[in-house]
Amino acid sequence: MQNNGLNQTILSVRNLKTYFFQDEGTVKAVDGATFDVYAGKTLGIVGESGCGKSVTARSILRIEEKPARIVEGEITFHRANGSVLDVTQLEPGSREMRAIRGGEISLVFQEPMTSFSAHYTIGNQIIEIIRLHQSVSKRAARAQTIELLRKVGIPKPERRIDEYPFQLSGGLRQRVMIAMALANNPRILIADEPTTALDVTTQAQILELLQELQEQTRMAVILITHNMGVIAETADDVVVMYLGRVVETGPVDDIFHAPQHPYTRALLRSIPSIMSESRTRLPTISGSIPHPYNRPTGCPFHPRCPDFMPGTCNRLEPQLLPVNEHQQVNCFLYHEPQPHQSNDEAVSHE
Amino acid sequence: MDTMISPDAPVADPIAGLPEPEGSETEERIAVATQWQLMSMRFRKHRLAMASLIIVILFYLIAIFANFLAYADPFKTEAYRSLMPPQKVILWDDDGFNPHVLAVEGARDPVSFKRIYKTDPDHKIPLRLFAHGYEYKFLGLFRTDRHLIGVADDAGVTAEESIFLMGTDLLGRDLFSRLMRATRISLSVGLVGVALSMFLGVLLGGISGLYGGVIDITIQRLIEITRSIPTIPLWMGLAAAMPRDWSVVKIYFAITLIISLIGWTDLARVVRGRFLSLRNEDFVLAAELAGAGQLRIIFRHMVPSFLSHIIAAMTLALPAMIISETALSFLGLGLRPPAISWGVLLQDAQNIQTMANTPWLLLVAVPVIIVILAFNFLGDGLRDAADPYG
Amino acid sequence: MLSFIARRIMLGALTTWVISIIAFLVILLPPGDFVDAYIAQLSGLGQYVSLETAANLREQYGTDQPFHVQYIKWIRRVAHGDFGQSLEFGVPVADVIGDRLWLTMVVSLGAIALTWGLALPIGIYSAVHQYSFGDYFFTFIGFIGLAIPNFLLALILMYIGFKYFDASIGGLFSPEYQLEPWTWEKIWDLIKHLPMPVIILGMAGTAQLIRIMRANLLDELRKPYVVTARAKGLTETRVILKYPVRAALNPFASTIGYLLPFVVSGSIIISVVMSLPTVGPILLRALVAQDVYLAGTIILMLGTLTVIGTIISDLLLMWIDPRIRLEQR
Repeated sequence: MQNNGLNQTILSVRNLKTYFFQDEGTVKAVDGATFDVYAGKTLGIVGESGCGKSVTARSILRIEEKPARIVEGEITFHRANGSVLDVTQLEPGSREMRAIRGGEISLVFQEPMTSFSAHYTIGNQIIEIIRLHQSVSKRAARAQTIELLRKVGIPKPERRIDEYPFQLSGGLRQRVMIAMALANNPRILIADEPTTALDVTTQAQILELLQELQEQTRMAVILITHNMGVIAETADDVVVMYLGRVVETGPVDDIFHAPQHPYTRALLRSIPSIMSESRTRLPTISGSIPHPYNRPTGCPFHPRCPDFMPGTCNRLEPQLLPVNEHQQVNCFLYHEPQPHQSNDEAVSHE
Repeated sequence: MDTMISPDAPVADPIAGLPEPEGSETEERIAVATQWQLMSMRFRKHRLAMASLIIVILFYLIAIFANFLAYADPFKTEAYRSLMPPQKVILWDDDGFNPHVLAVEGARDPVSFKRIYKTDPDHKIPLRLFAHGYEYKFLGLFRTDRHLIGVADDAGVTAEESIFLMGTDLLGRDLFSRLMRATRISLSVGLVGVALSMFLGVLLGGISGLYGGVIDITIQRLIEITRSIPTIPLWMGLAAAMPRDWSVVKIYFAITLIISLIGWTDLARVVRGRFLSLRNEDFVLAAELAGAGQLRIIFRHMVPSFLSHIIAAMTLALPAMIISETALSFLGLGLRPPAISWGVLLQDAQNIQTMANTPWLLLVAVPVIIVILAFNFLGDGLRDAADPYG
Repeated sequence: MLSFIARRIMLGALTTWVISIIAFLVILLPPGDFVDAYIAQLSGLGQYVSLETAANLREQYGTDQPFHVQYIKWIRRVAHGDFGQSLEFGVPVADVIGDRLWLTMVVSLGAIALTWGLALPIGIYSAVHQYSFGDYFFTFIGFIGLAIPNFLLALILMYIGFKYFDASIGGLFSPEYQLEPWTWEKIWDLIKHLPMPVIILGMAGTAQLIRIMRANLLDELRKPYVVTARAKGLTETRVILKYPVRAALNPFASTIGYLLPFVVSGSIIISVVMSLPTVGPILLRALVAQDVYLAGTIILMLGTLTVIGTIISDLLLMWIDPRIRLEQR
């Protein structure tokens, strides 16, 4: 975690809480997320649908939408010019925030199909982002765009640049999306389920491409996915989220070989494997994700947890604390309830 | 439309490799409510639509009880009462609560030759509830001459001679009483027209959506053609081609038929769209696999699931029908006197001179606007309730 | 794309054909035959009509023959620019219609321009500021616009103009220009008279289009490409105007397909109320007097012009939308 060049922190998220305020009630989409992003490294954020992964990504870019609001926490970002600032303190529409968005932190989306506007050529949409963040002529931006397209492996980029997104295949479109995200040499690339909508071969190509590009540019990648396999292949560090909380963090090897949190273990058990015996049922996590409006008290995982300790897990809120020198876990199996963590506090969160 | 759930909002959606867990309690609770219960729950939240529903019901009550609410014979002409302005109803006088109107004297202005009317402050004509008036058949059941309001019998005057809540027309007929009767005609034209275009729309739209292929294409083209023709001149032409000697009833049905030809395309599109989307639904497939016959699938499974949409579309089609009738009659091509409809009444207000001198003739516009607004809000509310995501 | 154009023009031709049949029905339906009425009218004017002339007329109009023969004869004459005689005016139909057809189109197109000009910004505002005061305000105004039939609106506005402003707001020309030949001054006079009828005519359409634009844009605003655009660092205004608005524009613009017939229809009634020198009042008069060729011709021409207008707008739209333009088939 020291700034020894290799593990240089560019982004640290501390206790981030982003809630959706709706007529029916408040949804705590992100409820205390904490993690660090290092230069040149890939951080994998994993969890089931609805665990707050995407909302976390959007909160970092400050494009969380209307009913959503960041209510607490810090997102410290180290800018390219050396300054350090807390993104949560910026106005979403401010000049500074807009300079970061798309310039220093960029986003690659889940749906390559619908993430582009069908009304403009891909060239138009990439040139736009270049000219927004760099003062270059149209001609220069166009040359840059062709170069970018070539870099992400688009054949005949001089011709493809004038095509519309719907003329490209899904895989090509995702490559274009990545080209667009790389346009301004960002320090962080957030890839939100970048391969979910693609077929398996294309998935592998895209992930490979991301890794290659990362090696060339030393940018940090935040890879958001629900797919443990993708995490195993690409991530350096892993953040496991459940119902808006980080339940476990650590290097990818430790997470896979020595998972600590009951939820992480359950997740790993439910991955089908070539090695597993045929005709056996895959283990599942018992129960289902609670309804967003009535979260369980205490540890949100307790109703589904095999190691549930009545009286503790359902009344007190655990904290994310180290269990060894690499891993941090959010579970009472590993640390005693802290004295100041009273029941009242737990209830007051509801 | 109103709830923006984030793409990541927790829903029971398993992650890759996790089989679907059983549904949560909330889901089960919702699943118990029937579609109609859900609809009425959503509809009742829509306050404007609820208010509109009440207004629409009130108007249809007026249409049903038109004769009871009118106090004067809507056809009785009286030259001495030509173009009287509305009378004021005075509720209180020195003796306390004593609703009455003041008697009116008419005379011809020697210079302008217009009739001018003067009220006589000393001659009070008291109003009574359930007074005697002209004779009519109450709900077609029995003859009576009782009306909601009228003048007291002992005042020595008949109702049609003494109260003119909204004034009179050129022939001295009481506008309020005529308006009551016009409401009956205009609202029923809308209903009959909607029923006819509903028949056409459901039939053609249903055939189109069910069979597809050449039939579908033909009907689709027919709809497109109908929609790209400026309708009013065409219907004007057809309406004008009706023989002059037809009876009022015949003209009434001819007009509703012409009007319903305007409205069927929208309904047909709704029905067709529903059929098409439902044809691919799992429950229809399930019924098919279970061996249900085609008619059973249509009426047991498909129709109930889009009935609500049809009702909403009908409610939205109604005001267009009413406007069409009013417009045609207003131009003198629709219903003709002695029939009374809103359009026929408004015909008197066509020219700017009469409007300037007798602005109360324009009062007929008020119920027209209110009813059409109410139908629009009601239809909107119904549509939202039927299809909250559409 | 070519097949799209071909299909569109075919449909237009089909529509025109249906319109021509209805127009001819209007000519044929009234009792009695046209030649009898025409001869009666000429004799009324003291002109002698020989039996030979009468027979010639019958032959020309084919009054004794079956429907389709009469129809083909009529269409042939129309194709040669002979629209028949107006009984009411005693001159060829084309002379009666004169400029009126073009004025009808000017008023209708003006109404459409106004409709779009107002509905677009208001629709965008309402969608972006959903459930704000302004949104509710415009929704309310829109409903009023939808609910008041435009001829009633014309009546009410004329009454208000007469009563409180002492101004008559009928007509399209000042009296001194009415019979003048076309000059720049006359055109200017026309432009000065246009706003009132155009506003009245455009009200209902505007209300509808605001709702369409609002709904479309609300749909588009939820699509992922909007988030992509935001993530680029664009200002919110630019995000909305360049991306979702552009996408919502297509279905919005395609409303001209039914807006034009709707507005042309409306213009007929409004012209009668406001006594505009368009085909409206003449059509009404012709229908009431059973001046069949005049009425039939007006219906045919209005219908055909509307169809042509719709085709042109559809082709333009197709050109705007890259997805259709680039379709190879």
